[in-house]
Amino acid sequence: MDRVKQLDLASLSVREVNQFLHGELPGSDIQRVEISNPNGMHSIAAGLDCEVAVEILGHAGYFIAGMNQLARVTVRGNVGWSVAENIMSGSVRVKGHASQCAASSGHGGLVVIEGDASSRCGVSMKGCDIVVGGSVGHFSAFMAQAGTLVVCGDAGPNLGDSLYEATIYVQGKIHSLGADARQEEMEGADVERVSRLLADAEIDCDAGQFKRVASARSLYHWNAEAHQEY
Amino acid sequence: MCGIIGLLVKRRELRESLGQLVTTMIECMGTRGPDSAGLAVFHEPVEATHRRFALHAQVSQFDWQNFHESCRRETSKDASIHFVANHAVVISSTATGQFKSWLKEKQPSVHLISVGRAIEMFKDEGLPCDIARKYAFTELEGTHAVAHTRMATESAVSPAHAHPYTAGEDFCLVHNGSLSNPHSIRRKLESKGIEFETDNDTEAGCRFLEWRMREGDTLEEAIETSFSELDGFFTFLMASADKMVLVRDAFACKPAVVAETDDYVAVSSEFRALAHLPDISTANVFEPEPEQIYSWTV
Repeated sequence: MDRVKQLDLASLSVREVNQFLHGELPGSDIQRVEISNPNGMHSIAAGLDCEVAVEILGHAGYFIAGMNQLARVTVRGNVGWSVAENIMSGSVRVKGHASQCAASSGHGGLVVIEGDASSRCGVSMKGCDIVVGGSVGHFSAFMAQAGTLVVCGDAGPNLGDSLYEATIYVQGKIHSLGADARQEEMEGADVERVSRLLADAEIDCDAGQFKRVASARSLYHWNAEAHQEY
Repeated sequence: MCGIIGLLVKRRELRESLGQLVTTMIECMGTRGPDSAGLAVFHEPVEATHRRFALHAQVSQFDWQNFHESCRRETSKDASIHFVANHAVVISSTATGQFKSWLKEKQPSVHLISVGRAIEMFKDEGLPCDIARKYAFTELEGTHAVAHTRMATESAVSPAHAHPYTAGEDFCLVHNGSLSNPHSIRRKLESKGIEFETDNDTEAGCRFLEWRMREGDTLEEAIETSFSELDGFFTFLMASADKMVLVRDAFACKPAVVAETDDYVAVSSEFRALAHLPDISTANVFEPEPEQIYSWTV
């Protein structure tokens, strides 16, 4: 049976909870941690660095599970800005909606937002995978360098602006593409990739229905004759 | 940074708890704006012949009894007063212009902070939780309230620079963000005879919207016009005698969260200010879209 540790933010501070997660937890036989009464507090379960399942039971604030390594974090509610920012490995799942900058600068691991993600989802992502069950807001995957963003719903304005080598897949409508982002043909490898990520995210969608967006790479080199018009 | 807060109660019985609920929200948002705070509460409107004049005395031990006697003697006999610390509200049939002139001439240390049939505004500097305690915000009753906790990024820290800002009657605005063209807006409005009280960017936005409404726009139409006229970042939360209106600029980089139940609509910069509201676990909690106008009527 899993050994479960329960922590209540009604009586503990976020710092005390995080100190437990960073200090006592690694090397212990605890396999699951449940954190109750998050009440929109910030930075809960940030900086985890061990294989453990963490459940946050309610709506949480900014920077939840930031810099995550190895751990599997689930939030049973909504989250504020920058959930799983700079995630390195492991997974972060949000059962509700996420505010701006979800998984920003993420290097690795999987981030799943079951509801909608707001603007700038995956901004500057560097290798993580993001699966959004709902829609994403404006400027999602802005300057995204590597990794995959899968959007099962719609994408807001300026998707993939100044995109580098990350790939975006959108099932629904794309309001508009950002500078240097372009829609490309879906190939067999793309369908396979989307299909694998949807399975990992446990979201039921037809991978064949997605559109692929990638960089046109026209901004990679300075063009003095472009007169700042891109 | 700054924190914004708004609460409109739909169920009449909740009006008695308005102050209590809003005070918890202000305390939660104190960390976003620890240098000053303000609140505008909307009561049942007084009769059309009367106005509520909300006042702030610059000195802490102000003699409001004496002020009231002078007010009755020199303006109107029907003037009533209610005061707490260096805040007071006078309800009187004296015309606004006449009341302003009297204050300026006879009570120069008292500043008029709001006028209307329903609005009563409080503004002061210091920690928001201390301000809430000083003016007994928990005891306030009304239909809706908006409040602000300020971390100044431009212009001075003073009671006058604290939000909400008001212009005209029964209208106020709180702002999280910064406008980049307040001076050109100000020059435009000043050329139309509109006077400013501070050098704050938010005042320019507030007076712009109120000017549009005086020109015949609804608040919603005024906001639509502001999208092309006001440059900068903003989450604006506005209130009039019977409405609370929320809007974010096109980039929406200043936060806002809304929670709505059958009993109330609550707005805040962050969810943690809403977490203690009744029935929040079943509320419809959402993030407002950029450039979409959200309006709720009492």
